[in-house]
Amino acid sequence: MIIFQNVTKTYSRGMVALDKVSFKIQPGEFVSVVGRSGAGKSTVVRLLTAEEMPTKGQIFFGTYEVNKLKSRDFPEFRRHIGVIFQDFRLMAKKTVAENIAFALEVAGRPQKEIVDYVPQALEMVGLKNKEGSFPAELSGGEKQRVAIARAMINRPDVLLADEPTGNLDPFNTWEVIKLLTKINELGSTVILATHDKEIVNTLGQRVITLENGMVIKDEANGRFIIG
Amino acid sequence: MFLSSLVFTGLLLLNVVGKSAVVSIQDKIDISVYFKSNVSEDSVLNIKRTIENLSEVKNVEYISRDQALVLFKEKHKDEADVTQTLDELDTNPLLTSLNIKAKDPHEYNTIAEYLNNANLKEMLNKVTYAQNQVVIEKLVGIIDTVKKGGMLLTLFLAILAVTVIFTTIRLAIYSNSEQIGIMRMVGASNSFVRGPFVLEGILYGMIAAVVSFGVMVPIVNFTSPYIVRFIPEMNLQAYFQANLFSILFYQILFSVGLGAFSSIVAIRRYLHI
Repeated sequence: MIIFQNVTKTYSRGMVALDKVSFKIQPGEFVSVVGRSGAGKSTVVRLLTAEEMPTKGQIFFGTYEVNKLKSRDFPEFRRHIGVIFQDFRLMAKKTVAENIAFALEVAGRPQKEIVDYVPQALEMVGLKNKEGSFPAELSGGEKQRVAIARAMINRPDVLLADEPTGNLDPFNTWEVIKLLTKINELGSTVILATHDKEIVNTLGQRVITLENGMVIKDEANGRFIIG
Repeated sequence: MFLSSLVFTGLLLLNVVGKSAVVSIQDKIDISVYFKSNVSEDSVLNIKRTIENLSEVKNVEYISRDQALVLFKEKHKDEADVTQTLDELDTNPLLTSLNIKAKDPHEYNTIAEYLNNANLKEMLNKVTYAQNQVVIEKLVGIIDTVKKGGMLLTLFLAILAVTVIFTTIRLAIYSNSEQIGIMRMVGASNSFVRGPFVLEGILYGMIAAVVSFGVMVPIVNFTSPYIVRFIPEMNLQAYFQANLFSILFYQILFSVGLGAFSSIVAIRRYLHI
């Protein structure tokens, strides 16, 4: 379970990114966090991955109290979360298979596991024939699918997607969303930060709406409604 | 880094050469007390016994006029005009003397003061300590100054090396920031992320140590014959060869230490996990 309890995040010069934000996410949920640019969606993602710490409030992730984590605890904690971004963040000099294997290597997994898991992950995202390709040789949709495979390879509890379709055409957008839905159906919690109205309304899942750093709506089967 | 490593080793060797020079010169120092020609041998031997009883004195050597003449001739055997002049003289012009060696070089002053105050003055022709003292003090002063200068230079170059490596690592962190971000995102351990940068600093230190060691070898070989001329006991080349591994070890320790220190400081400052 993920709990945000009265979380406030203030940046320098007093800019408030999140203001007393509270919500709970149960295991296995598919939650969209929506809002305009600057509403605080990415701040939620950064706080959840412990890239930043809240100014006030508490964040719980399973047994972890994220706001109390020390830097030595970050690596192990982050292996519970898979993250994908709008800009894919793939390593240009590594092949598709190497990019995915990298997530296992840094976690110190044995070579046998790497050899077994990478093809499975590639099959899950439909890129089995692209394992030797470099990111520059892939389309945007394929790059994002590689990023998803890498995010899921450590079998995380939660997949965090920060504007994953921002750089994709409509066809690839729906391919990626279908993949996220499939991952959710297989049991992982998915948190999707987006400002894409059509996606959110089509999904028909829970929607947390942020505005000026505050939660203004939190509805099961919600819709993207911003005044 | 290379220069600081080189100066560091130079300083190590200078320390050895300096110590050797001081020991060599100190060994040669004594106080020579020359007696007037009218002082009898018995009186000189009496004085010898009194001086030998002083706690500061290591030994006293009696050199009669005849012995002095033999030693003088031996010393100048190749200078025909000197020996010829001596042979032409009817009498032995050399004086009876006592060579006094102290247990500790610092005690020559005390012995010299004793000689001046022991009512011996009217029997003495001259005491040669004062001249040696100036030479020794000058030598010690020069060695101290060179050592201090070397230390300052090493410190200055070390700070320079730290700054250069620090900047290099900082740039490496910036240029790899994307990869570092990905490593963090997928849960790479702190040592996995930081390790390569610490290793880079260590590698710079290692290369600097080995290269400067390589440069030091011909420098030692070149200077060694000159040093032997001044300090016969000091064979720098032999010393260098005998202590090759320990010198290389200290040089690597110094350079690798500097490299690791610089990269750790840069990582702590710029690489956030």
